[in-house]
Amino acid sequence: MAIDRIERTAQQIVLTLQDYSLFAARAFLNLFRPPIYWSDFLLQSDIIGVGSLSIVVLSGMSTGGVLALQSAATLANFGATAITGQFVSLTMIRELGPVLTGVMVSGRNASSMASELGSMVVTEQIDAMRALGVDPIRKLVTPRIFASIAMLFFLTIVADAFGIVGGGLVTVFMNHQNGTQYLNQSWEHIRFPDIVQGLIKPLFFGYILSSIGCFYGLRTTGGTQGVGRSTIQAVVNASVLIIFVDFLLSHLVLTLFAGWM
Amino acid sequence: MDVTLAKPQSAPLAAAEPARLPVLAFQNVSLAFAGPPVLEDISFSVARGETRVLLGPAGVGKSVLLKLANGLLRPDSGSIELFGHDIAFAREEYLFPLRTRTGMVFQEGALFDSLTVRDNVAYQLIQEEVPDDEIDARVREALRFVELEQTFSLYPSSLSGGMRRRVAIARALIHKPELLLYDSPTGGLDPVTSTTIIELIVKQRDVYRTPSLLVTHRLQDAFTLCTHRFDPATGRMARLPAGETDAGTTFLMLSEGRLIFDGPLQKLIKSQDPFVRDFLE
Repeated sequence: MAIDRIERTAQQIVLTLQDYSLFAARAFLNLFRPPIYWSDFLLQSDIIGVGSLSIVVLSGMSTGGVLALQSAATLANFGATAITGQFVSLTMIRELGPVLTGVMVSGRNASSMASELGSMVVTEQIDAMRALGVDPIRKLVTPRIFASIAMLFFLTIVADAFGIVGGGLVTVFMNHQNGTQYLNQSWEHIRFPDIVQGLIKPLFFGYILSSIGCFYGLRTTGGTQGVGRSTIQAVVNASVLIIFVDFLLSHLVLTLFAGWM
Repeated sequence: MDVTLAKPQSAPLAAAEPARLPVLAFQNVSLAFAGPPVLEDISFSVARGETRVLLGPAGVGKSVLLKLANGLLRPDSGSIELFGHDIAFAREEYLFPLRTRTGMVFQEGALFDSLTVRDNVAYQLIQEEVPDDEIDARVREALRFVELEQTFSLYPSSLSGGMRRRVAIARALIHKPELLLYDSPTGGLDPVTSTTIIELIVKQRDVYRTPSLLVTHRLQDAFTLCTHRFDPATGRMARLPAGETDAGTTFLMLSEGRLIFDGPLQKLIKSQDPFVRDFLE
């Protein structure tokens, strides 16, 4: 009995992975085949990009501040409080900016995509769209993926910038250190691989959060309860995958740019 | 009463299809989800100008059959020909142009709740980038047909259940389809609203003669369809003389996934099949 259950679960996981791969590939390839719904892309860019701006600014600023606060105490032990700026900016640009933005936007938008599309499935709106001769993947999924990739790129830059500002404010007003020194340290040690790493990651994270949100939304079964279930699955899986892919990308970039770091 | 709708869009595949072919033909179609078969060895066709009423109790697979008819679901075996094209195992991309030639009215209307009635009815036209002026004119005509012109700017949430079905009918008709699929259009409605919907279907049938497949479990609606005609003079449905029925309206009956009846009203009434007798009585 237990073996049967394990086998069924394994089959289910493999089947879900297969379905997701086919779905994500089809949605991505639609980016390069007409018709492309530009108005939907702009609408989604507004919802995902402008709509997420406030949470990204707040979380970026707070994280930068916390980094400065926590690191200052440790660095003081080595007499190295002067490098707080370097520490905050590199951590924000390489890791925390992209990951934090990915997870925050995932919580806000992967959930909304899953619940919106899930509701459309259970009220037969997706079937109605197909019956009207419109491809729901092309019309609903591709613009969301496109917009998520583009907007996450810019939101990450915003998070990085506000993280550095937040760190600066804490450094000056709470740690009572020199602001100019903090700013100089912040940008002087940033290298090309840091920028590459920090700006490649959001492209992957945007794709992950939107494709998973839409995938679980369109797979919804079981009425309103099913919508709730899809939303949870979308947020959990998108967040976990973002963190896992972050590890892979960090390793890849560190290997590729080993001589630069 | 103005009952004209805009001319149909040119159908790219229509030229290759001989006129004598049925618009829809099921041949030995079977389908099962996890468990016993939902549909088993189903064969029937819908000819041009014909209205077929699919009867059966709730949960017998009627809506599933309707979704198979335009490729929203795929069978396990058998063939389904829509306008002469085998769609049973066709790729989704291949089906989209064929589906634009059908109109489907879903059980609960399935209107897009974030769009106004105008945008719902015009959905296909908007995708085809028809100019706004033409869209407005055609939407108003379609809404006039279902007598809901005043709902043009409203959202579906502010409409009653019956009004939503009528808007769904307008959405299905605006593209002048070559086949109409109605999924329990009167399900869950009060008798007066049900009669209004059936009247619209009779009007559509008699004005445009669009072939239709209508799913219902309400015998009264099925009989009304068969025994009434649309009277253009009054703009209302009128009963046919006693003993007369609409020759183009025939019946199918499903029981436990099998098609147990296929024929006209007279044959249905005289059927000795115990399930049919039970259903009728």
